[in-house]
Amino acid sequence: MIEANNLCKNFKDKKRGDIRAVENVSFTCKPGEIYGLLGANGAGKTTTLRILATILAPSSGTANVAGFDVVRDPQKVRAHVGFLSTATALYDRLTAAETVEYFGQLFGLDAATIESRTNELFKALDMEEFRDRRCAKLSTGMKQKVSIARTLVHDPPVMIFDEPTNGLDVMAARSITDFIRQCRDRGKTVIFSTHVMTEVEKLCDRIGIIHGGKMRAEGTLAEMRQNYGKDSLEEIFVDVSGDER
Amino acid sequence: MSLRNSLIVYRKELRDMLRDKRTIRSMVIIPMVAFPLMFLGIGYIGGRSSREMRMEVSQVMVSGGADSPKILAALQNVSGIRIVPYQDDARQEVSDKKIRALVTIPNGFDAAIAGGHPEQVSVGYYDADERSELAKDKLQGFFDAYKEKIAREALTARGLPASLLEPFTVDAKNIAPPAKVGAAVFGSLIPYLIIIFCFTGAMYPAMDTTAGEKERGTMETILSSPVSRTDLVIGKFFMVVTTSVVTAVLSLLSLGLSFKYFKNTLMAASGSSVQMAVDPRSVVAVIALILPLAVLFSAVLLAVALLAKSYREAQTYVSPLIFVVIGPAIIGTMPGMELNSKTEFIPILNTCLASKEIISGTYDWSHMALIFGMTCVYAAIGLAAAVRMFNREDVLFRT
Repeated sequence: MIEANNLCKNFKDKKRGDIRAVENVSFTCKPGEIYGLLGANGAGKTTTLRILATILAPSSGTANVAGFDVVRDPQKVRAHVGFLSTATALYDRLTAAETVEYFGQLFGLDAATIESRTNELFKALDMEEFRDRRCAKLSTGMKQKVSIARTLVHDPPVMIFDEPTNGLDVMAARSITDFIRQCRDRGKTVIFSTHVMTEVEKLCDRIGIIHGGKMRAEGTLAEMRQNYGKDSLEEIFVDVSGDER
Repeated sequence: MSLRNSLIVYRKELRDMLRDKRTIRSMVIIPMVAFPLMFLGIGYIGGRSSREMRMEVSQVMVSGGADSPKILAALQNVSGIRIVPYQDDARQEVSDKKIRALVTIPNGFDAAIAGGHPEQVSVGYYDADERSELAKDKLQGFFDAYKEKIAREALTARGLPASLLEPFTVDAKNIAPPAKVGAAVFGSLIPYLIIIFCFTGAMYPAMDTTAGEKERGTMETILSSPVSRTDLVIGKFFMVVTTSVVTAVLSLLSLGLSFKYFKNTLMAASGSSVQMAVDPRSVVAVIALILPLAVLFSAVLLAVALLAKSYREAQTYVSPLIFVVIGPAIIGTMPGMELNSKTEFIPILNTCLASKEIISGTYDWSHMALIFGMTCVYAAIGLAAAVRMFNREDVLFRT
């Protein structure tokens, strides 16, 4: 479960002064549901997700993730979250198996659990072949699989994906969207951000359109279509974010 | 804070580092190769050029002395000296290094000497040119012997014993233990080298584990794990200290071994015969004293390198720090620099000076404790700064 209440995040920039990257963003995402955060570049998606993953602290507002408060219990939040983005790279000099083992240890798992969990994940993701190969030597698709295994090693109830398909080819992107769907089917709470409309249409149970740091519209795809009297999500998106200009 | 988490991070960082060629290069290869090469190189080149210099026959011009055939004849027979015909620009020839020295004999020299009147011979040479100095030394030696011969002859002629020339002799020799002598030459060099290697050993891993992580995009990955940022920086810090100390110890080992095996070549080159011996126990004491300095370097380097967005940017921040380290270390090697109420508070310099004392065999425990403590305090401040940096979003996510 994710509950965000009036999240705000301000940054100081030397040239531009104070920037409100996120302003009063509130939404709820339930277990077994995929919540899509849709927005243009610089809309505030990444900042919002980083706050939920406790990589950044909110300037004001609160969020409850997997039953823990992001401000009071950030470590417990992180222990119950799997966070994956195109910015979360892998250690080049560790092998696939070492990477998963390292994160298993950081998530407080014992050696036996790490081993059985690693075997399970490597089998499920078809990673046996490159198990002991260093990450630097892996293809983009293989790296993506290692990243997935890394986020799943502690079997978190909440998954946060920040533009996970950005820069990937069709096959690699497809393996990610399949994986996101599987997470939902296993009853996990899933939130992901993107600016690719088709991904949202295919995957999301609920959608939030974020623009200029503010939540502009929220609902299921059907609700959105009804409210805006348009069929295409792209048209709806332009309508919603166009209001500002 | 959880030590368990810090140790997990530490083990991973160490494994990661040991697989990095750059670290291996700066930690193992450079110190292990640099010293033997340096010793061999200095020994070989120095030995060859000084041999060449000593073999040279110095060309000397003589001005005057036309009426003094005795002294001129004696000069012709000095070994290692060749008298070349006098030219009017003789002084210039010395400056131009075409000849090595100019001897000026006053008029009526032979006659004055025979009559017992003191005279003055002058030798013009080029002070900054070693070959010219060597010629001057040869001439000086010749004239001293010539003087003595004349005095001896005069004494004999008057029926007096030649021993009057030298009523007694002075024998000056080193009576300090070899460690103390070695210390003068080596004592200041050892701490200086250890400190430099401590710093360079910490430099690359510190940049790689901070700015390097940001650049490669793994910083966000690790921040998404439940390990706290303090545990994370402590783990990284342990790794940097480890590489720093290992680099210093390896370089010291290499220095010691090079010295043991190439001592003779080096000694031959410098023409010195000082017996050098450094007590291994004092080396251990120096390492102990330098340990908190490795901690200080590691912490400061982590804090500074974290400011950068990329490895390259980190290099521009870290490189100037080398001068901050080398400055006090060089001052510490200067003769006459000693620990006093002022210098013992200056980081790096105090460790250098105390190490110098230890190697020369002086163990002032209260001084050492004070300096160890001081450096620990500085190191703690540095570590606190690094931890603080890791908890600042604007530093971790600088755009």
